[in-house]
Amino acid sequence: MFDTLKFSAVRRHLLAVAGAALIAPQVWAADPSTVTVAGYGGGLQDALIATLWKPAAEKAGLKLRTESHDGQPAVRLQVQSGKPAWDAIHIGANDCAALAKQGMLEPLDYSVIDANGVPSLARDKNWIATNSYSVVMGWRTDKFKEGPKSWKEFWDVKKFPGRRALSVAPDEMLEVALLADGVPRDQLYPLDIKRGLASLEKIKPHVAVWWTSGAQSAQLIKDGEVDLIAIWSSRVDSVVKDKAPVAYTYEDGLLGYGCMAILKGAGNVPGAQKLIANSVSAPIQARIATMMGYYGPTNSLAFEQPGVPADALSSSNMSPANRARQTLMDARWWGEHIGDVQEDYKELIAR
Amino acid sequence: MNADLPPRQKLQRVKPMKEVSLYTRTRDRGASGEDPMVRRLAMAELKERWALLSLTLPGFILVFLVLAVPLGWLFWLSAFDSNGALTLDNYLRLLRPVYLSSFLITFQMAFCVTLVCVLLGYPLAYLLSQLPDRASQICMAFVLLPFWTSILVRTYAWLVLLQRQGVINNWLLDLGLIHEPLALVNNFFGTVVGMVHVMLPFMVLPLYDKMKNIDPLLMSAAANCGATPSQAFRQVFLRLSLPGLASGITLVFVICLGFYLTPALLGGGRVSMWSMKISDTIALYGNWGAASALGVALLVATVLILWGMRKLFGLNGQGRTD
Repeated sequence: MFDTLKFSAVRRHLLAVAGAALIAPQVWAADPSTVTVAGYGGGLQDALIATLWKPAAEKAGLKLRTESHDGQPAVRLQVQSGKPAWDAIHIGANDCAALAKQGMLEPLDYSVIDANGVPSLARDKNWIATNSYSVVMGWRTDKFKEGPKSWKEFWDVKKFPGRRALSVAPDEMLEVALLADGVPRDQLYPLDIKRGLASLEKIKPHVAVWWTSGAQSAQLIKDGEVDLIAIWSSRVDSVVKDKAPVAYTYEDGLLGYGCMAILKGAGNVPGAQKLIANSVSAPIQARIATMMGYYGPTNSLAFEQPGVPADALSSSNMSPANRARQTLMDARWWGEHIGDVQEDYKELIAR
Repeated sequence: MNADLPPRQKLQRVKPMKEVSLYTRTRDRGASGEDPMVRRLAMAELKERWALLSLTLPGFILVFLVLAVPLGWLFWLSAFDSNGALTLDNYLRLLRPVYLSSFLITFQMAFCVTLVCVLLGYPLAYLLSQLPDRASQICMAFVLLPFWTSILVRTYAWLVLLQRQGVINNWLLDLGLIHEPLALVNNFFGTVVGMVHVMLPFMVLPLYDKMKNIDPLLMSAAANCGATPSQAFRQVFLRLSLPGLASGITLVFVICLGFYLTPALLGGGRVSMWSMKISDTIALYGNWGAASALGVALLVATVLILWGMRKLFGLNGQGRTD
């Protein structure tokens, strides 16, 4: 009632599903000319609609309807209702991998979707990445003249004395901890859980805050609550643009991605396949570099499209130069192993 | 009343006569076959009783649908797997250290917040109840004002005040009272502060209600009988206000157990409340049972604690003054 931000949304979905079940027979005539996509809502969704979905739907001759969800549980509810109200979803790649493992997703039709240019780590039988973000190190420039250049240096409390912040979620942080411990980038996966947790144990006394949301992470470094932070590039970029004494680097960063997938039993599967095919196509992906500069296109062919400005190319986290400095995340590993890590990770924080 | 009784006994509380309904009286007589008229009357009254009782039916159905059914469903999900076979997996998992520590910190937090609310809320409610009506209404508005503000806004406001470069730390640093900023937020302490702010009205309102209804003449009477002000307060006022205190404690404690947002924003990631574990578990395991088991565990523990409190202190929401 007073403190249930998350749950009220889940409850809303339960009600929506229950309501849909009651009136379903009338409205559930699958309309092949309309495709419904659900994303996280908010500013990200507005940007995705303008950059990817609207042009993708137009190109396919489909009418676009959008809704919002609040993560994996909501998607699961939709599929379990038997008649999901959404055809496609946009969600974190780790969630896609987990949902695929639970059998919640339709297979993608790669005869419709041209995956050429999308790295193989960023797609699977049931999902494909549409936009990428980076996990980077950010630091206060009023505290350090020069920031760390690798996670190893981020972990070095003698060279960089100060308060640090890491995420309360283990995905991304376990990779960071392993890189800090000296695991070569090309041998990161499969992740060595024990070694990663041991590395985290070393930095833990210097972690002042474990952030729980993207907004919080931005506020922590902006207000100087911490001196160093592992943060999403999209968040720290807006802090830098706000003229806070903060800097960040793509050096040694992690490349994660958001993905699209089709819900099992969706009303308009063919339409959703076409929408996804167009969303990952190079011409539409190229729009990300200019319209959503804080994210990068997952299709590398986007950078070869005509009309991509040189500065958008060089500042994008997925530009060939920046990509070479970073490590691609493997969502499949997390889809399989999140259960093996999460509880121990949270226990490490609480202890 | 017998005028010959000694005065002490006269003052004893008069127990109300046990109410005996017309129905009971007539039934007893009717059953003995005294009068068919009486029997008919008894029948009519019985009918009316059931008719009146049936008016509560919509309420019962509502409670059944929105409370009993979901709770039953919760139990079912937690104890049976997708094939309908009984399984204890979801409960055995709760014995892992990460869940035990979260369980502990949830109750610690609820206890601390309740304690601080009592220490702050009781004097405040007392002050409000003793002020003249107009002044007390104005003060009450200040107590209630935060009630109408978004919890998110209130929580972020505390962040502004408590963080390292926040108002309080800057002020203390400027005054030279401290040389290093104090860790006031992103920990257990900051979470308690934020939660007390949210919960204080829940303590003050029931207390104020009870205190306002305590006849001030009782305190004068106690003074007349030779009690010092502190004796009168302890033996008369405090005792009469106890039911309000009990409702306040129960309300605050129980609501605290379900907190999510405030600890998530002010706890620095270390205060991992049970509600966060429920939310984590929903995402982590591909079934609802795992999270349902957490819900059931919290429900059972809460009921046990409330029951224990009632047994120990004879306190409950209704309150007993004798």
